[in-house]
Amino acid sequence: MTDLNGKDGYDRRKFLTGAAVAGVTPALAQMGAPAAAQAQAAKPPHAPSALPPNAKTIAAEIHPPEELSRVGGKPGSDFMIDVIKTLDIKYSPSNCASSFRALHESLIDYGENKSPEYISCMHEESGVAMAHGYFKASGKPLLTMVHGTVGLQHATMGIYNAFCDRVPLIVIGGNDMDAAHRPPGVPTFHAAQDINAIVRDYTKWDDTPVSLQHFAQSMVRAYTIAMTPPYGPVAISLDAGLQQEPIKEHLEKLYIPRYVPTSPPQGDSNAVKEAARLLVAADNPVIVADRVARTPNGVTLLIELAELLQASVVDQGSRMNFPNTHYLNRPAGAIPNADVVLGMELSDFWGTVNTYTDNGEDGVGVNGTRLKPTTKLISITSIDLLTKSNYQDFQRFQTVDVHMGADAETTLPSLIEAVKSAMTKDRAAAIEARVEKAKKAHADIRARELHAATVGWDSSPISTARLCMEIYGQIKDLDWSLVASEGNVSNWPARLWPIDKHHQWLGRSGGYGVGYGAPASIGAALANRDLGRFSVSIQSDGDLMFAPGVLWTAARHKIPLLAVMHNNRAWHQEVMHVQRLANFRNRVPNYGADRGPIGTTIENPDIEYHKLAESMGWWARGPVKDPAQLGAAIKEAVAVVRSGQPALLNVWTQPR
Amino acid sequence: MRYMGMIAAVAASLLVSITGACAASAEKGRVAFREKGCWQCHGYEGQGGANGLTLARTQLPLEAVDVFVRNTDGPMPPFSKKMLSDEDLADIYAFLSAQPVPADPKTIPLLAH
Repeated sequence: MTDLNGKDGYDRRKFLTGAAVAGVTPALAQMGAPAAAQAQAAKPPHAPSALPPNAKTIAAEIHPPEELSRVGGKPGSDFMIDVIKTLDIKYSPSNCASSFRALHESLIDYGENKSPEYISCMHEESGVAMAHGYFKASGKPLLTMVHGTVGLQHATMGIYNAFCDRVPLIVIGGNDMDAAHRPPGVPTFHAAQDINAIVRDYTKWDDTPVSLQHFAQSMVRAYTIAMTPPYGPVAISLDAGLQQEPIKEHLEKLYIPRYVPTSPPQGDSNAVKEAARLLVAADNPVIVADRVARTPNGVTLLIELAELLQASVVDQGSRMNFPNTHYLNRPAGAIPNADVVLGMELSDFWGTVNTYTDNGEDGVGVNGTRLKPTTKLISITSIDLLTKSNYQDFQRFQTVDVHMGADAETTLPSLIEAVKSAMTKDRAAAIEARVEKAKKAHADIRARELHAATVGWDSSPISTARLCMEIYGQIKDLDWSLVASEGNVSNWPARLWPIDKHHQWLGRSGGYGVGYGAPASIGAALANRDLGRFSVSIQSDGDLMFAPGVLWTAARHKIPLLAVMHNNRAWHQEVMHVQRLANFRNRVPNYGADRGPIGTTIENPDIEYHKLAESMGWWARGPVKDPAQLGAAIKEAVAVVRSGQPALLNVWTQPR
Repeated sequence: MRYMGMIAAVAASLLVSITGACAASAEKGRVAFREKGCWQCHGYEGQGGANGLTLARTQLPLEAVDVFVRNTDGPMPPFSKKMLSDEDLADIYAFLSAQPVPADPKTIPLLAH
């Protein structure tokens, strides 16, 4: 037994034979000795050990089996793909994970990787932000799949941005819920009772379907809820077992519910009439728009309303709501002179009509008002219909005189009609008399902006005004779309570029979660690629470094985007914050060896973003520090993008 | 009370000799503008931006700038003499005053249309 060579121990062959006999013996023992004897006596004649194979056996042995599936029937995840395909979702930007492996496999094989097409992402936050940007360029939501625990944890900031920005997207989180059957170890670390708990405060709705029919209902319901204004992200927790198990067709007859869009909520007719009465009677009405124009039609309607009233329009820019080329377009400085303010889908009405100065005693800010005591306030916002408690995106409370919980774009036609009905000849004449003065004011503002842009025009690092105008000079003849401008370039595009189409400006992140710019730009560029538009982004340095792997995604999927960097080599907002606190405390801030307070700059060493992008398949150049060389560099990059590739230009810029 | 304090400071400041301003150095001011953090909101050339006014070629007298910088309760935080000496402020003023006259936008092709 101890001799490994077997000389003095058991013979291995005899041992195995003995073991086999030993295995049979107890069974015979259970039958009892007489019965065992009878069984031995009744044995048929011994058959030959090898019969000649028949045709079926030969075929089975020399050909691969026709059916390799170990699943007894159609997998549940195939049905899930059937459901998803009815919703016409074009892409799924996702980072792969085992908890949705069945859905992943069904998508690319059973679903032929179409509607949705899988877009490979390096980070779940990138997948969500791509869906965010895609929607704003196309008006169509995407679906992103994530690991239900760690992947959803990565995705959370992107989901919060989408929630604050009222953008619909669908997040499916894989989760292996059956503790008795799921694999131990890592898959169990990556399982939870309720994965959606982490995003429930900033999603419109979530669900955990427990059957395939339940999934079909949840998916169509999720899409419907996400796409009903106010838009928002939704989440579905998807059990790994439910994905993998075959459809039990003898137990359930599955069907796919039909998607029917929900009509958006419209303002109450009495409230609309009262708003119209106030606006027509006003001598200086000001319309403030933040997310009014969900669609290009919203822009058309807002122009009609503004011209009816000859009202100034302040476009806060979360969407492109109103052309900056229109003579009624005004900066926020118009608000203090208003006698009626109509706020439409404002994310912060209080902040619109009040001031907060971060320079008070003991570091507490000072509140003030921008309004005259008699100014009347009207609010039309669907955000009132989607208010949660924990996260404070609803901002400070502002009392208004007419308060409509309704979608502004949907309410505009009835408000326009109500204004027409309320208009008298006298009021129409008074309103018409404002036109020339308004046109002159608009021209004056434009002239001041142009003069402001000239200050520091030839500076190095390059001024943000020069940066923006050099970009515009190279794209102005294209059907361009400024898909994002993260980091602060002093709002020069809105001040100087003629923006009169809805897709020419897609707005900001919503929740101001840094890291939105790069992935959202690429998501929007994906949509614009299919729509034949030229995408450009002004890409800040700090934003890019949160998840730069999305650059690879753009190259991998041939998404053309011109990313011109606003590389001021700092998280500049924080540079100023720390300096401010040092001033309040009368302490000279510690800059270390840098330009700004320690911990706020991105230098020593400087990051070579062009090399970073180049390493992931982009055409890239830089750093460009001389303003005289910038135009030619952008021109070259534009040509690359027009050939279908992404291009990045690393430009050293002034802080803002 | 804040305004009262500011008025008193203005009065005191107006009594200050402008000798310092006369001896000020624009080149030293360029360095001080960067070292003291002014560039953060106003840009390296004082061109201004989203968070700071244009300071280049300011038309305000140094005395008024001094009062504002020491006492502001607006969006800009105040700079004490510990953080920004009178000499540094005078140099910065000289630097901002020496900024070139911006070109007419009509002469810059990118702004002309």
